[in-house]
Amino acid sequence: MLSAKHKTGLVFFPAFDWAISPTHPERQERLLYTQDQVFEEGLFDIEGITEFKPGLVTIEDVQRTHFCVPDPSAVMTESHFISAGGAKTIGTALMEGKIKRGFALVRPPGHHANRVVHGARGFCNVNIEAIMIEHIRHAYGVKRVAIVDTDCHHGDGTQDIYWHDPNTLFISLHQDGRTLYPGSGFLDEMGGPNAIGYTINIPLPPNTSEEGFLYTVKNAVLPIVEEFKPELIINSAGQDNHYSDPITNMNFCAHGYAELTRLLNADIAVLEGGYSIEGALPYVNTGIIMAMAGLDYSHFREPDYDPEKICQRPHVTRQIKETCDAAIALWQQRKVLAGQVRSEKGLSRRTRQIYYDTDGIQEHQTEIVKICGNCAGALLIDSSTNEQAHILAVHIPPDACYECRQQGLKWFEKAGADNFQRIYLQDRTTDRYQIKKQSI
Amino acid sequence: MIIGLDVGGTHTDVVLISAQGLVAEAKVPTDFSNLFNTVLDGLNCVTLGINIQKIRRLVLSTTLTTNLVVQNKLPAVGMVTAAGPGIDPALFHPHPHYYKTAGALDHRGREIEPLDEKRLPEIGLKLKQSGVRYAGVVTKFSVRNPEHEKRMAAALAPFCEHVFMGHQFSGALNFPRRIATTYLNAAVYPSHKQFFEFVQKSLNQQGLGVPIRILKPDGGNMQFDASLDYPAQTILSGPSASVMGALAYAPRGNTSLVIDIGGTTTDMAVLVNGVPLLARSGIEIGPYKTSIRAMLTHSIGVGGDSVVRVQNGAITIGPDRAGCAMAYGGSSPTPTDAFCVLGRADFRADRKRAAEGLAPIAQMLEVPVQEAAERIFRKACVQILEGAQKMVDHINSKPVYTVHEMVEDIQIQPDHILVLGGPAEQFAEKLATLFDGKVATVPHYHVANAIGCALASTTCEVCIYADTARKILTAPSENISKKISPDFSMRDCRDIALRLLREKALRHGAHPDSLEMEIIEQSQFNMIRGFQTIGKNIRVRAQVKPGLIHGYDPKTEKLMRDDL
Repeated sequence: MLSAKHKTGLVFFPAFDWAISPTHPERQERLLYTQDQVFEEGLFDIEGITEFKPGLVTIEDVQRTHFCVPDPSAVMTESHFISAGGAKTIGTALMEGKIKRGFALVRPPGHHANRVVHGARGFCNVNIEAIMIEHIRHAYGVKRVAIVDTDCHHGDGTQDIYWHDPNTLFISLHQDGRTLYPGSGFLDEMGGPNAIGYTINIPLPPNTSEEGFLYTVKNAVLPIVEEFKPELIINSAGQDNHYSDPITNMNFCAHGYAELTRLLNADIAVLEGGYSIEGALPYVNTGIIMAMAGLDYSHFREPDYDPEKICQRPHVTRQIKETCDAAIALWQQRKVLAGQVRSEKGLSRRTRQIYYDTDGIQEHQTEIVKICGNCAGALLIDSSTNEQAHILAVHIPPDACYECRQQGLKWFEKAGADNFQRIYLQDRTTDRYQIKKQSI
Repeated sequence: MIIGLDVGGTHTDVVLISAQGLVAEAKVPTDFSNLFNTVLDGLNCVTLGINIQKIRRLVLSTTLTTNLVVQNKLPAVGMVTAAGPGIDPALFHPHPHYYKTAGALDHRGREIEPLDEKRLPEIGLKLKQSGVRYAGVVTKFSVRNPEHEKRMAAALAPFCEHVFMGHQFSGALNFPRRIATTYLNAAVYPSHKQFFEFVQKSLNQQGLGVPIRILKPDGGNMQFDASLDYPAQTILSGPSASVMGALAYAPRGNTSLVIDIGGTTTDMAVLVNGVPLLARSGIEIGPYKTSIRAMLTHSIGVGGDSVVRVQNGAITIGPDRAGCAMAYGGSSPTPTDAFCVLGRADFRADRKRAAEGLAPIAQMLEVPVQEAAERIFRKACVQILEGAQKMVDHINSKPVYTVHEMVEDIQIQPDHILVLGGPAEQFAEKLATLFDGKVATVPHYHVANAIGCALASTTCEVCIYADTARKILTAPSENISKKISPDFSMRDCRDIALRLLREKALRHGAHPDSLEMEIIEQSQFNMIRGFQTIGKNIRVRAQVKPGLIHGYDPKTEKLMRDDL
């Protein structure tokens, strides 16, 4: 009798009646053939693999992570509540010891969603991993979390949410931002002054194959994760590095994904992108589930797998090695760098333009963080859009020190409601979310 | 007139139902070493003094195939698979005559690796030389394209007596279950065929010429000749007999829980608006997980003869059984002994022995024997209700795959309990005090299973897969693969499903005027490649609902049909 080596939980929510638009890659059909393959393989019948029905996330869950403008129901559909809920269901099952590993095979995805949400970008509205993680932190007191984003696109939303948090290690492997949406994720994006070095970007050249991905995991990702000593490892498991993916240029394969999953040994994987719905997803998802459950996937190949066709060129291999070396070097210098950026006490400011490609919104954001050696720092965000939204948001991190908490509360109190449509306070020390509205 | 006969673990129950109602009933001991005699004895008991020419219908539920599987008395079967990417099928059930051949299909039934036909005669010869007479062939995704299985079966046919193909049994996607289902069908085929041919022949000699019908685990029946194509659909039909016996008394518009309390176990099922809920995948028996359509049932180790103990100051009941109750000569205290002490047992029970049996329990609980009996009784009921709640929770936590279903979130909660089985009356009374709803015993609860057999109608299922990009439609279990036009629609697909279902139901013995057909699953996806719609992917599943035959009036309990 076939049985899983590790008790593995799955939430499968293909949202068969939800699409961004009829011909959009994020459409009803996306996980249809994955379902066919997973069902036909009989994976849910295997002893030790359990399928869970997704729960829904609550508004409170969303507001623990995001500032949704004007509110969560305006930027989320039912399907977002379910996909984030699916991730939460897996997180809960893991924390309650029902499973040892979990995979939220859900859509729509989330890793391009920032802390402030005005709409959809990169097919994402809310960050389903972050909502899950912040729920786990809140409900179970987990502190140190490592997120390894293996989607082909830079996980810029997750990076934004954890930019200042030294308790969250965020590593993103992706196709070089000079060649692919969202055009970010370079080595020098390393985190804010309070968490410098805890955001690690490893941009990989187009045409990276199994060899290059596994090299990166073994030589850069795993050593860093090991040193970070997380309580939980989360994999943002995008499947668009596949050689058949229509919107990217990589050469990864199903067997490689399974191998990566085994090496990474994540507690939880959450599905992100992947749009080769027939040629890749059925096989990649099956491979990931088999690897998570500890089943033998050594003979697992896509029907059209041809190693010669996707063989990695020497210059690609060289470039990957250089990038990995550079990433490791930056990680090792993080304390020195922190000393440098924190030498000036006070506030640190950054100003950004954020484009919401899916919804066509242009956001202008100024972010101020209190430089702090003791916590993630109080955070103030002034955000406006070309659609006339203008809000101010104050985030007090869960582990905020006394000064940062006071700073955050002061910002919120002093902010004039006449200058903004809404002023938000997300005080994670007391799990409080408060809104001041413009008087009309 | 109709005869229903249900072979149970201890007794075989038989009833005869006519325009006058339940006119005869009998219980004969089940002799597993001679099931044939058991069946004939049972039939003789109710036909005594009856003009058997008037018997128009005869439905049997036997444990023949179930016992073969449970006792592992299955003959050697050759299994040949072709799989392609995925889990190695050899892992699913280790088997001495298992062969793998090259060949693979994908999720849309497209060939991704040609079938290696050259190996098949060689395999056939090996099977023949090893004396293997029955074989099964199964490929991954054969329900999307049965071509490989058909070619495999044709190549093996000269070497075997009968070759079963995986796509014949279910349209569901699940390769491991398809392998197990095909294997069991091939394995029980010879015994099933021999047994019922023998029964039919004997009955014919006695002048009872109606074709035998056989009960299935989904609560429907099929005619014997149809059963030769699906012999494994006779496995585990017992629980469905009881549920069908209760069904006539389940109020419409309610959700009812059917609780069948036996000596060793209590079996439960759920009826929603008078229709039994079916299991999501299929029956599971021994090491075999199958795609054989079955009612959703839940069994717990609490029965009249379960062993009662005190553990850490609390009463526990079951899950084991050690013979019969002390009141009937057994050696361990049981809930039956508790009834006996409470004065609720029949005249054969030895009340003194029952009280002696409960004495140590009473002592440990530091209460009088009477009080201990009361607590045991209550505890048994509580355990049954907890088991029922567990089943209901399981049903309610079934995953769904659309936003619509998530938002709708249909949850069931039984508001009515129907109790049957030996101690039905005692239990019903107590359950009523613990359950927030109505509790009733099923009329004739001691033979309700046989009544269920007698009155069950014919059921069947059809699955259709259509791919307008490839311009193909396949109804695997109906042996239909045909070309369709690019504008083929969901409506066309539903029409074909219902037509095929009707034809199949009639072939299996259904009455043409009272078919209750329904579409139970339908989905349609636009297939987009690039930014073009290249076609539609349509899936439809239709069934004849399990139910009672047309013409039976549950109020008067009489048959109101001239042809029966």
